[in-house]
Amino acid sequence: MTSVLEIDKLFVSFATPDGAVEAVTGVSLSVEAGECLGLVGESGSGKSQTFMAAMGLLADNGTATGHIRLDGINLLSATEKQLNKVRGERIAMIFQDPMTSLTPHMKIGRQLSEVLIEHQGADKETGRRRALEMLDRVHIPEAERRLDMYPHELSGGLRQRVMIAMALMCEPEVIIADEPTTALDVTVQAQILDLLTEVKDNLGAAIVLITHDLGVVAGLADRVAVMYAGRIVEQGTVGDIFATPTHPYTQGLLACTPRLDVETEELVTIAGQPPNLQNLPTGCSFHPRCPHVFDQCKAQRPSLEKMPGGQARACFHAAMGAAE
Amino acid sequence: MSDPFLQVRDLKVHFPVRTGGLFVGQYSPLKAVDGVTFDLNPGETLGVVGESGCGKSTLGRAVLQLVGATDGVVSWLGTDLTSLNKKELIAARENLQIVFQDPLASLDPRMTAGDIIAEPLRNYRPTLTKADRRKMVEDMMERVGLLPRMINRYPHEFSGGQCQRIGIARAMILRPRLVICDEPVSALDVSIQAQVVNLLMDLQRDFGLALLFISHDLAIVRHISHRVLVLYLGKVMELADKAALYATPRHPYTQALLSAVPIPDPTKERNKDRVLLTGDLPSPLDPPSGCVFRTRCPRASSVCAETTPMLESAGEGQAVACHHWRD
Repeated sequence: MTSVLEIDKLFVSFATPDGAVEAVTGVSLSVEAGECLGLVGESGSGKSQTFMAAMGLLADNGTATGHIRLDGINLLSATEKQLNKVRGERIAMIFQDPMTSLTPHMKIGRQLSEVLIEHQGADKETGRRRALEMLDRVHIPEAERRLDMYPHELSGGLRQRVMIAMALMCEPEVIIADEPTTALDVTVQAQILDLLTEVKDNLGAAIVLITHDLGVVAGLADRVAVMYAGRIVEQGTVGDIFATPTHPYTQGLLACTPRLDVETEELVTIAGQPPNLQNLPTGCSFHPRCPHVFDQCKAQRPSLEKMPGGQARACFHAAMGAAE
Repeated sequence: MSDPFLQVRDLKVHFPVRTGGLFVGQYSPLKAVDGVTFDLNPGETLGVVGESGCGKSTLGRAVLQLVGATDGVVSWLGTDLTSLNKKELIAARENLQIVFQDPLASLDPRMTAGDIIAEPLRNYRPTLTKADRRKMVEDMMERVGLLPRMINRYPHEFSGGQCQRIGIARAMILRPRLVICDEPVSALDVSIQAQVVNLLMDLQRDFGLALLFISHDLAIVRHISHRVLVLYLGKVMELADKAALYATPRHPYTQALLSAVPIPDPTKERNKDRVLLTGDLPSPLDPPSGCVFRTRCPRASSVCAETTPMLESAGEGQAVACHHWRD
């Protein structure tokens, strides 16, 4: 399989009055056509910024170095014009909050068809026809009537369906879904997850699913990368990550998530707080919270190493355990 | 339990909402909470679950009388809180506290952590000396897992999880008997959520607290609650002991809610049976006739549109409001 989107040693930092914030440090990732990559991490782990950099959507004080390749083009050195060609047509994004990511004063039909008119020079009629098809495809009832509605007239779940329809308009190669169900109620979330599964199975696009919810990842992703303090700490197939997590952070995350299917006596916790990105701990960023910490962890930074089965982790302790 | 602790009877909170009229407004009642009845015993946690707009936060606030009840009774240790005047209510609230969802927004940014935690003491124990008060605040900070040397810091200097600990310390400082927790961990990261949930359970054990734990997260509610109340459009769909509710949910809405929660296990998550609900929550201004859930219910029939189902017993420690729960 060939990767559609390839990220190589990506660094993202933000200049602030209190000094630089290193949001992403040396992340390498790739996604293949037809696969869903789950990117998991807590707030501030850099999971969103990695792909904001890919889309050229970093805030003004942010800089990105490294390579992000889509089919030979390095998106980081692309001009705004080249980027505009890629965004929406070849890479589409679904954001968390469908209310703030739709234009409030534009009717749904026009927002959808605009993508096609801009990118493929379609005329208004074709745009509208395709918009209607897409709304049907994401199972919006009474699609025809919705075309002439404004975003505020739709419920949160329907707005998120419109966002997904918009992402699908140009049949992109990569879809980046950043917390697509976080703002939704659980019964609506289930509907949207079903829709995303359908999109994944039928469209052949690569999907990047950015989320903090391990349950959502378990249902949708084929491969999972776990981020902590700007780095990938563990990566593997969804089966491996959930069945045999090797990094103490991944283990901790799984253990501290309360579950509906298992009765738990006391929740396991990860001690301490997530680190301050302006003042990262030395060595492994997770060491102040890690139950297996030893001297090497404080002095050196572990690199992401691939194990025989294909699972990779950045941890000295796990490496020692495997060697024994 | 012979002693009445908290008894809520047919509680209704209706908000008038302007629905038209140019000069003379036309108002319709928004039934945020519509006839809720439950008991809460000392040392017990009642989980209140439901989706946004189901009235769970309003219910919590109405118990404390932070929003007035339209009708019904909130009886606290035998006294109806809805009948008290302002002064009596303030006195009663010494035993009733609340922890809010957004940890930073619920703390005054210009007060230090110590002042925030001490404020209930200043209001309810005005005779305490400054030194005694400080000692109590430091002890409580230690109890909730904050370093007492942080007493002079401001809320913005704390992380979200620490701010929530300040909120909990403020609620606990008077040693209340009932604490309403309104989505206390929803704004926190997963690794911090577990810490705060464990803290609440420890405090409950140590102080014999009763908790009304309001949350949309069914997994956390399962972990922390003894009994669970499921709300939909202001009405109780099901009220049951935790074990019964999660093992044999009787109401179609409870079943749908439970089956919608993603499970962090790829094999289980991909192979489970889901009760998929169609559509969205109806407008609370214009709720469906009869059973409010019928427009999304897979089992709805004509009787559901005509008669509102009453909460009836569906086995030991389980009550359900559905015409079809036996089907």
